[in-house]
Amino acid sequence: MNLISLENVTAGYNREHPTIKNVSLDVGENDFLAVIGPNGGGKTTLIKVILGLITPFSGTVELFGEPPVRSRKKVGYVPQIVPSRTFPVSVLDVVLMGRLSSTKKFGRYSHTDREAAIDKLEKLGVDHLASKRMDQLSGGQKQRVLIARALAGEPRLLLLDEPVASVDSETQQNFYNLLAELNEHLSVVLVTHDVGAVSSHVKSIACINTKLVSHGETISQHDVEKAYGCPFELIAHGVPHRVIGIRGDTSHE
Amino acid sequence: MSEMLSYSFMQNAFILTVLASIACGIVGSLITVNRMSSFTGSIAHASFGGLGLAYLVGIHPMIGATIFALASALGIGALSEKNKLGSDTAMAALWATGMAAGLVFIKLSGSYSSDLMSWLFGSLMAVSSLDITLTAALDVLVVTSVLLLYKEFLGISYDLEFARIQGVSVRFVRGLFFVMAALTTIVLMKVTGLIMVIALLTIPAAVAERFSSSLSRMMILASLLSLVFSIIGLTLSWWFDLPSGPVIILVASAVYFVSLCLKKPS
Repeated sequence: MNLISLENVTAGYNREHPTIKNVSLDVGENDFLAVIGPNGGGKTTLIKVILGLITPFSGTVELFGEPPVRSRKKVGYVPQIVPSRTFPVSVLDVVLMGRLSSTKKFGRYSHTDREAAIDKLEKLGVDHLASKRMDQLSGGQKQRVLIARALAGEPRLLLLDEPVASVDSETQQNFYNLLAELNEHLSVVLVTHDVGAVSSHVKSIACINTKLVSHGETISQHDVEKAYGCPFELIAHGVPHRVIGIRGDTSHE
Repeated sequence: MSEMLSYSFMQNAFILTVLASIACGIVGSLITVNRMSSFTGSIAHASFGGLGLAYLVGIHPMIGATIFALASALGIGALSEKNKLGSDTAMAALWATGMAAGLVFIKLSGSYSSDLMSWLFGSLMAVSSLDITLTAALDVLVVTSVLLLYKEFLGISYDLEFARIQGVSVRFVRGLFFVMAALTTIVLMKVTGLIMVIALLTIPAAVAERFSSSLSRMMILASLLSLVFSIIGLTLSWWFDLPSGPVIILVASAVYFVSLCLKKPS
């Protein structure tokens, strides 16, 4: 079964000028997909459609074989970091938010919730920060906390929005290694405008600029550059297998 | 001090400020972390339209104010879910429209203007036992809601979209928050008057935010600060024979500006 299945989805805020048009996309078990696209190309709309936060004008969306509104709590969602945000909340309390869907409705979080949260913080190597205030963390630390939060509900799919937008390149490297590790147990979809940030760990790539072009196998930097900003038709390749090394070195698995 | 407290109207004033501080700190913290202080200002001023209408048709002014406050809070709340910018404009429009309508209604009703002043600037010297009962009831509502739904309130305040994806009933929790904000605004009108409600809801919370590691601690600290500001303000206003609402606000803002100069603890 596909975890995400979009069929001819057209969506946006204005019916006459939809942000995404006739987009079809399948994400299966253990996929690691990077969706890249320019700002205004429909990345945010795509994420919102997948999560059922906006209803498409046409086409069908299924998440774990169900309408997204019913099944979205099974997605580990990692939003974009807002760097300057101040808020009196501890790291542990942020991670506990990932248990909102699995915990009881009224009252406090249970012991199991706390254990799960601390377990994820340990897994991401940021458990020593548990009692710190979230807004005192660096970009890279915040990112790990938000991933811990996404993992706290034991999702089968991790969906990340602009995950490398506000961290330095060394952090990015560690971050992709981490995602590759997580990918052994769950599917990963990340959406970014930064072509240079897509690493060789990614198993398949799709470009979105109103329409979606999905590249499987080997694609070159040239293809990606050509795809950027140009109108294009859907190109589907076979099972994604080999991917690009954006910085010139084509890496192989 | 003992002379001051020998008057029953002063006792009532103190009881009301203590009770109001509880709701004020909790709801004020939620308003502050959600960056919704203009929302409060707007519903306070909108409720003035309800006051005026109540005078005109001859019902208790509190009833008119409460209905208008609830309606405007839920209306703006529903609008802000769809359109952030539109709701900002709506808040500004409602702010002025409420005042204008209130003034016209009061003129038409031929009411005495000192009534008007007490709603605008507070009337702690005229607290009735009904006021105290209503404030206590609000405290029960606010404290119970926050105890039962703390993690949901924290979730939607910190990351609304994430909370929605996690299956939190955003509409219900936010709706409850808007109702609490509207009712707290009405209760605080007795303390500071509707013009200065915004100050008492935001200043203690803003000071508390700087020194709190969690939203719950911020709520407790904001309640304590609001209590301290009110008691000091009320006492000073008695000694110097000044209006109590404005003195309370001046005490609060003095502390606020001092706290800005203090370094944030890490």
